[in-house]
Amino acid sequence: MNSSADTSRVTSAKIVIAGGFGVGKTTLVGSVSEITPLTTEAIMTSASEGVDDNNLVPDKQTTTVAMDFGRITIDQDLILYLFGTPGQTRFWFMWDELVRGAIGAIVLVDTRRLADCFSVIDFFEHRKLPYLVAVNCFDGKQLHDLNDIRDALQISHDVPVMYTDARNRESTKQVLIKLVEYVLSMRRTRTVGVH
Amino acid sequence: MVLGGDEPTGSLVRPYAVTRGRTRPQLEIALEALVETTARGRSGQFLGGREQKVIVDLCGGRLQSLAEIAARMEVPLGVARVLVADMAADGLLAVHEPTGFDADGGDGSVGTELLERVLSGLRRL
Repeated sequence: MNSSADTSRVTSAKIVIAGGFGVGKTTLVGSVSEITPLTTEAIMTSASEGVDDNNLVPDKQTTTVAMDFGRITIDQDLILYLFGTPGQTRFWFMWDELVRGAIGAIVLVDTRRLADCFSVIDFFEHRKLPYLVAVNCFDGKQLHDLNDIRDALQISHDVPVMYTDARNRESTKQVLIKLVEYVLSMRRTRTVGVH
Repeated sequence: MVLGGDEPTGSLVRPYAVTRGRTRPQLEIALEALVETTARGRSGQFLGGREQKVIVDLCGGRLQSLAEIAARMEVPLGVARVLVADMAADGLLAVHEPTGFDADGGDGSVGTELLERVLSGLRRL
């Protein structure tokens, strides 16, 4: 039996996995999660607060938004969750909750549909959420130069851009590691800047 | 018209029936907040209804996040949040809030230490 003292330090963290519809977010989550990805649903009703674009939602009564997520036990008392964003970016009301307190985000990109992630990147930059861009190589082919992709996305030079294979556990692991290293380096830079 | 007998009981049919129509939780609980059954919850004496029993069982083993509870019970997130908040208020569950990493808020040193733990955990995978 756990006493409350044993578990007082129990905590969790999350990383957001974003990208256009069908780019492989759930595949990426599943490649590294210790559980089969689960789906949780949020219902927005007309009573919801903080919704400023209700006119985009056809049925104002209820709209259901589904998010897939996975879990990685880092330690007995520290669990990391990976949350895939809802496929359609018009469901912004859910994104606020998703990014609140997150370590950072992985923007999964399909080079055939680069424009799908523009609004996602805008959102993270606006929220000052650290993110990296992972280019999903569906068939193992690296069709584009990463610098070309960086230019096309018009993102800052310090944002990491890397190839990945969302199906591959080791590849996903490297992307997650890169994101956390990036966030840590940003924090250190900021601390140095303050003193 | 006969009421009662064929009332839909499936939680997906009328999601907020189990919260008696309430959509606002007593406590804001993050998606990834970890929930654990307390000794009081485990005793089984204070449970009010089927949903509470399910949640107590679910969180009696390993820790479950609010998102996992909602997914495994097949109820919307908002419903799970109301149920868990009520049970936490009654001392049946303990809720461990996540460590937030918001750009400008929180204790920087705590965040950095936790990030380092996440990083070494990922490297060990």
